[in-house]
This record gives sequence, C-alpha cells and structure tokens, in this order.
Amino acid sequence: MFKRLDDAGTTMTLTVDGTPIRARSGDTVAVAMLAAGIDHCRTTPVNDVPRAPYCLMGVCFDCLVTIDGVGSRQGCLVPVREGMKVETQLGKREAGR
Amino acid sequence: MTEASELAASYELVVIGGGPAGLAAATLAAQAGVQTVLFDENPGIGGQIYRGITSTPVRDRAVLGDDYWAGGALADEARTSGALIVNGATVWTLDPTLTVGVSIAGKARLIQAKRVIVATGSLERPFPIPGWTLPGVMTAGAAQTALKAQGLVPAGRTVMAGSGPLLWLLAAQLIRAGAKIEALLDTTPRLNWLRALPFTPDFMISPLWSKGLKLLREVKAKMLVIPVGSVEAVGSDKLSEVVFDGRRVPADLLLLHQGVVPNVNLAIAAGAEHRWNSRQLCFEPVLDRDFNSSVPGIAVAGDGAGIAGGPAAAERGRIAAIAAVRALKPSASVPDPQTARNALQREESGRAFLDVAYRPADAFRRPTGETIACRCEEVTAKQVRDNADLGCEGPNQMKAFLRCGMGPCQGRLCGLTITELIADQRHTTPAEVGYYRLRPPVKPITLAELASLPISEAERKAVER
Repeated sequence: MFKRLDDAGTTMTLTVDGTPIRARSGDTVAVAMLAAGIDHCRTTPVNDVPRAPYCLMGVCFDCLVTIDGVGSRQGCLVPVREGMKVETQLGKREAGR
Repeated sequence: MTEASELAASYELVVIGGGPAGLAAATLAAQAGVQTVLFDENPGIGGQIYRGITSTPVRDRAVLGDDYWAGGALADEARTSGALIVNGATVWTLDPTLTVGVSIAGKARLIQAKRVIVATGSLERPFPIPGWTLPGVMTAGAAQTALKAQGLVPAGRTVMAGSGPLLWLLAAQLIRAGAKIEALLDTTPRLNWLRALPFTPDFMISPLWSKGLKLLREVKAKMLVIPVGSVEAVGSDKLSEVVFDGRRVPADLLLLHQGVVPNVNLAIAAGAEHRWNSRQLCFEPVLDRDFNSSVPGIAVAGDGAGIAGGPAAAERGRIAAIAAVRALKPSASVPDPQTARNALQREESGRAFLDVAYRPADAFRRPTGETIACRCEEVTAKQVRDNADLGCEGPNQMKAFLRCGMGPCQGRLCGLTITELIADQRHTTPAEVGYYRLRPPVKPITLAELASLPISEAERKAVER
C-alpha cells in the first residue's frame, strides 16, 4: 500500500509475530508495519474480521497491537525501538488468553 | 525525554496538545513568566497540521508546501520559550478542579493546574460508507501523516474520495511526491456551490481564495477528478475494488476525507458545555471571546474550539494564553490581544464559504442498512435506526442498547454518525438529540498505570490495616 520516498535514516529490526521486519528511526509501529506490507494488525472482537490502521493519529484504535507483552497499544503513537516484539491481536481469542 | 517522575506536582498552566494552538499558547505564557507544561501524546510536536515538523524525512520543501514549513517557527519558539514540552504524554483525565491525569511511558501522574488550555484540535469527520472498515481503507489525513512524519507515499492502485480543502491539499502533496493516484472521486454535492454564493465576497478577500484556486488547478491538471454520488469499498479480507455510481475500479488503497470536526472528548469529559454548530455539522464548546469554557480555569483553543485551520488555531492559542497570564500574573507584560484578534478575524473570514461549499452530503453522513456506524463495536446503521424507531431517544440510551461508542475509540469515530442517525430517524435535530456523555479516562489506561500513581502516607493508611 505504501513505499518510502527515499532510503535515508537509520534502520532497525523489530519482529511482528516472530517475523523480523526492517524499520526506520522515526517510524511508529503502525507505520513500520504498513511500510513492511503487513496488511492487518488485529482482528475484531465482535465479528473476528481483520483491521489495519485507519487514522494514524491516535483516535480510531484500529492499529491496536501487543507491544513487548502489553496488549492494546496504539501502534500509531509508539515509536519503534530496536528489538521490539510486536504481536497482532486476535479479537475473539483475546478474552480467553 | 521527560519521565513522569520528573514532573512537578503542580504547574501554573497546563497546555494539552502540541499543535499550533498549544505551541503558541505555551510559548506566550512561558515568555510571560508563567510556569508552563505542554503535554502531547505524539512522539513529536506539531500536531496534525505540522506533524513531524522537527523530524520529517521529506527534504524537498515543495512537496509539503510553504504552509507546512511555517510551523517550524512555532515549534522553534516553543522549544526556546522556557515551557516544559513533554511528548509521548497521554492526558486521560481533566476535571473541574483542574486536576490533569497524564501517562508517560506507562507511568501515570495527577498534576494540579491553576489554568488549563485544551488544544486537542480536530479529527476527520466519520465517513461511514459500505466497506470503510476494510484494511486498505484509510483517511486522507492518515496518508498525509505517513508522508509528513515518515516519508511514506501510497504505492499500488490508489483512489481518493470525498470532499473538502484537505483532500485537495493531500492530492497536490502526493502528486508532488511522485505518487500515482488513479482518481479523485469528488463527493461534494453540486448544489453546495449555489448555496455558498452569498459567502463568496468574504472568501475572496481571505487568504484562502488564491491558495484554493491554485490547488484545484494543480490537482485537476494531473489527476482524474470524477464527481460522484456514491462510494463503496469492496473486498473480503482487504480492499480490492472501489465502486462508485455503478462503476468499479480495482484498488489497493482508498483514502477517505470529508472535512474535520473538533476532537471534543477531553473538553466534554471535563464538563465544558458544548453545542451543535449547524453550519459545520458538529459539536463545539461554548466559549467566551478569550476562549474560556463554561468550566472556570479551562479554555479551549485551536480547532477544538470550532474548525478554522492552523494559522487561526495559533492566534486562538495566543488569545487564550494572554487571558491565562492576566489571570495568573496580573503584573506580567503580555502582547495586546487585539493584534491576535485581528489576525484571527482575517483567517476566519473565508471559513463560512468553505463550510457551505464543502458541506458533506447527507448520504455520506447518515448511512443506511448494513454499513458500519460504530467501528469498534461493529454496530450497523440499520441497528441504530431500528432502535431509534423503537423509542431510543439519544446516544447514551443507544449505548446501553447496542454498545455503540463503548469501544476503545470512545465514540470519536461514531459519535456524530449516531447523533445524526437518531435525529434522522426521529425527525428532529442533532442539537435536540445531543452527544455521548463522555467520562474519564478519555484514553484507555492500564491498571498498572493507575497503580503507578504516587500515594501519600494518609492514603496508604486509609486502606491498610
């Protein structure tokens, strides 16, 4: 869906569901996932359908992910860090975990 | 990075939001000698309009345009003003005693303020069309944020749809950045232009007129613009097609926009009185000429006070800050607020034309059938309409019936839709229907964050045996 304008900036590696992705300093988790071509970050609690970031400004909560073990973080507000562990959230299953 | 433990227990002025209003307010107050802290939840200052102003990887200044780079001066002034600026700081409560609850990196603090300026800005109006929850459908503002802050441009087949100045600005920025856009689907009702005619003289003397014309010409020269009466996003697990007026185009990304509305959550939860603005089709706080709300000590500046744009937001921030300084330190020297008032009036002069010309069509604000109204709880327009028919009179009762507005976004993406649907179904006005009753915390916080609040000996003894 998105590509980077140029290749400037320090790169770092984080994992999404165990798979390493490259990110840039200045990325937020949600943007790093979009740039890596990950097409959804959670499934919904009601209908169990996939969602991806919608607003990227902290109001829609569709980019919710688990970051370093803490669930329901807004991926668009959290800057990336080297070695960060990101997990997509599974809506219906989450309650029983 | 400022940590929660480094914050003082109280500040004379707390400014919430680091966009143009917040930056201008904090700068003016700090320069006048008022002890000021500015909290902003994003990684950097600038708000949405000047997003990434101190860090953007976009080097070619022509891409984002002069109006964007004008934010640099505001940011520089704020950073050298003496105000403490804290990013990554989420304010989750503000109450009439002027206690501000804030979380920074998982640690919460309750800060006592003598005055508060709420500068939480605006958000994009809900755009409830069929399929708007599919991955691959985003707001135009989201694409703009990704461009400004991280230098990302849409790739693959991209369609833009909607109405309003920001949509055209983004289209121009994306063209300049080299993105390929299949089409811009213009949902502006054609009759709007006739209705806007009486406001043309004011618009023509405002700074928006020549800027707007240039923008329209730039985009229309390089992009296919199609006036449409319907838009639908289609796909199973993600967007695959955009359907409009019976035509279908394959698409990977659909960018939606139909104007911006005040982000009212914090101000309403603080108890500030709000009212319906029938020209801008949104709720806004009731304010005096210094932007003081109905709650003593709390002002609301910027687009949160009603939509007027970035430069106007900065002037409103200055006016609110002058009032705050005068209340806190009557002997301090402050600029004459009339200068800011005059500048504000110039900025606001063309707004009525834009409000009427880009008033979004009813069909795009008042959905029907299986179209999702509340994204979080996945409540459809039909469910809301059916419950209104059954006698549900307002959004708060609707919450109890359907859970709409009770998900993590706390009504930010459905509040106006729910109010308008109830008004539509019950043949009344949004002003009569009212808005969600919002309560703290206005952003979700964890129990661990609450537990991190410092407690006094007396508080500890009250619960320990």
